[in-house]
Amino acid sequence: MSELIKITYREALKAGIREALLNDDRVFLMGEDVGRYGGAFAVSKGLLKEFGEDRIMDVPLSEAGFVGAGIGASLAGVKPIVEVMTVNFALLPMDQIANNAATLLHMSGGQLNVPVVIRMSAGIGKQLAAQHSHSWEPLFAHIPGLIVVSVGTHEDARGMLHSALNSPDPVIIFEYTSMLNMEAEIPTDSGSTDISRAKVRREGKDISIITYGIGVYKALEAAKRLSEKGIDAEVIDLRVLRPLDEACFLKSVSKTHRALLVEEAWSTINVSSEVSARIMEKAFYELDAPVKRLGGIEVPIPYPLHLENASVPQVEDIENAVIKILRP
Amino acid sequence: MTEFLMPSLGADMEAGTLVEWKKKPGDQLKPGDIIAEVETQKGLIEIEVFEAGVLEEYLIEEGDKVPVGAPMAKLRSEGTPEKIPEKDSETHPIQEKEQVAESEAPVPTASISKERPSEDISSEEKDSEEKPRIKASPLARSIAEKNNVDITGITGTGEGGAITKADVEQAMAGKKELPKPSPETATEKDTMEKEAESETPSKQVMESPAPSSKHGQQESIRAAVAAAMSRSNRDIPHYYLEKKIDMLAAMNWLKETNRQREISGRLLPAVLFIKAVAKAIDSAPALNAVWDNGLQLKNEVNIGFVVSLRAGGLLVPAIRNADTKSPEEIMVALSDLITRARALKLRSSELSESTITITSIGENGADKVFGVIYPPQVAIIGFGSIVNEPLVHDGMLAIRPVLHVTLAGDHRATDGLTGSRFLEALNNHLQNPEKL
Repeated sequence: MSELIKITYREALKAGIREALLNDDRVFLMGEDVGRYGGAFAVSKGLLKEFGEDRIMDVPLSEAGFVGAGIGASLAGVKPIVEVMTVNFALLPMDQIANNAATLLHMSGGQLNVPVVIRMSAGIGKQLAAQHSHSWEPLFAHIPGLIVVSVGTHEDARGMLHSALNSPDPVIIFEYTSMLNMEAEIPTDSGSTDISRAKVRREGKDISIITYGIGVYKALEAAKRLSEKGIDAEVIDLRVLRPLDEACFLKSVSKTHRALLVEEAWSTINVSSEVSARIMEKAFYELDAPVKRLGGIEVPIPYPLHLENASVPQVEDIENAVIKILRP
Repeated sequence: MTEFLMPSLGADMEAGTLVEWKKKPGDQLKPGDIIAEVETQKGLIEIEVFEAGVLEEYLIEEGDKVPVGAPMAKLRSEGTPEKIPEKDSETHPIQEKEQVAESEAPVPTASISKERPSEDISSEEKDSEEKPRIKASPLARSIAEKNNVDITGITGTGEGGAITKADVEQAMAGKKELPKPSPETATEKDTMEKEAESETPSKQVMESPAPSSKHGQQESIRAAVAAAMSRSNRDIPHYYLEKKIDMLAAMNWLKETNRQREISGRLLPAVLFIKAVAKAIDSAPALNAVWDNGLQLKNEVNIGFVVSLRAGGLLVPAIRNADTKSPEEIMVALSDLITRARALKLRSSELSESTITITSIGENGADKVFGVIYPPQVAIIGFGSIVNEPLVHDGMLAIRPVLHVTLAGDHRATDGLTGSRFLEALNNHLQNPEKL
């Protein structure tokens, strides 16, 4: 066994960026307040001093502009890490992402690939109210030409960026603000994350809880509580939302014969909708109970803490939903 | 169109197994008709309908076990037209949805979808000509198919009574060790099934946990009593009162009136107890009630009468509107109820509608009985046996037939004063039996 270090999610993200900057001098970070201010969430704090203004670049408040610039830079042969402060501002550069990053390989007849990496912080749970509490993962996962990944664990917080930078295609990385201060132990040599594969975070035989992002630790906690009640839940971290690693969850469902799909995004047409459809199409005869989804309540996310908590799945909700499926 | 639901036959009932449909789709129903027989912990119960209409369609099949409140059948109430096919088929689903959305959603909130993803539109494609579709998981079906198991009789334990992998596997295991039903328990249904078995050997599988084995039923009645009494003792703070009642007048009156009656029409003391309790409620209406987040008085006086079963356990069928019935009518109702209770053949309403309970020791038993309240009711009246005792009467010591009556009351609902007033009124009524 390798050694373990205790690390926050924030430190893990920073370690990933720092390693990328050290490993390849074509890599640079650009985004609002990433330099002097140290990042809106202090993820890039200290990097400006270490790497200088050419590699840690503050940009104007113009998402469409600087994301477009990042896409252009990647076409020119450097490796930008573009930080969009939060997912809530991601609708502004959506045109750059959907119409340029995602299509240029096709439009150029395979001559121009776009190896840009765009990071954005996401997730609900900071009392930021309706306009700043979006879960746009499904929106991006809808677009062919993109690779969309979600950082659900500390290991991935450190290991995903490296794989994303090695991808020839544009990669969108979702990181979760509410997890920044969470501590966890990870192996010192955890290495890079395989961003083509989902991961079984906990093995179980009674039900597959399929989730991503913030849902991963919640599902693991629910699984722990359920095990005290004699229910053995498997937890799958989808990790890559496009293209989905369906082999992983189909295999799991074929073993457990039941599935609960958990995410914060509004239920109608979310990632779980797609996972559910694939289970129906490809593992129908393995199902011993209807697939159930636990998603965000379909309202603008409210500001008051108790309402905010009630609007997205919590550990107890996952626990109760599993019990309802297994012991109707 | 309404749905006929599995009724609750008491606070302790969670589910029931449909044993037999008594009406067919297309049959006219009027209130009080027996629509089905349902097996519960309290035995085989005849289930009544409470509204007039036509039985449109079965939603569950014989042998299905469903929770209280689950739809059993669709009823068309009188006056509504026959099912219009478009309603259920897929001709205009989109138009309909839009209409609903328009009429329900006020403009400003229209952008926020109020609907939750609907819970269960599940598999049934309603086709009135076909048999009702059996709910089974895809996995259960494929296992059954591979092993040549007929799933029609398997009781599902999954969501909405769906048959799951475990149910099929249990049925397959049961096939090997199915006990032969003993002759005394063989009902008509068993016989029918035996015939069916000889045709298709796999049919045997479906009946693995034979639903109406008498032994099992006794056990489940025991369990139901255990649950109700535990709940009572846990939740209800009981208070107890006792009153000694001189029964000479009542016994003389009974002797006299019975002399003039046919043997079959003779009255038992229990009839007087029931009638006197019903009348005494006038003085203490708060005892004829249920406790459900507060006291809820009942308008009808339906007296539950504890019937002990010979093999153990008890049932509490109700004598409805006992306050308006004559002693003769009560006697008829009582003997009918006792007979049917012992045969475990009661109607749903009789088990669920009592508003106060009487327990009576009968002759030559214990002198007094202190009852345990049957929740959610708030009182139980206990009648001991009538025995000759020394009693002060007119300033003299006399030997008189004496009855010890007790009252256990729910102290959340009433106080001893109410109970005392009730017992006093009960005494007065029993002193004037001719007026009962």
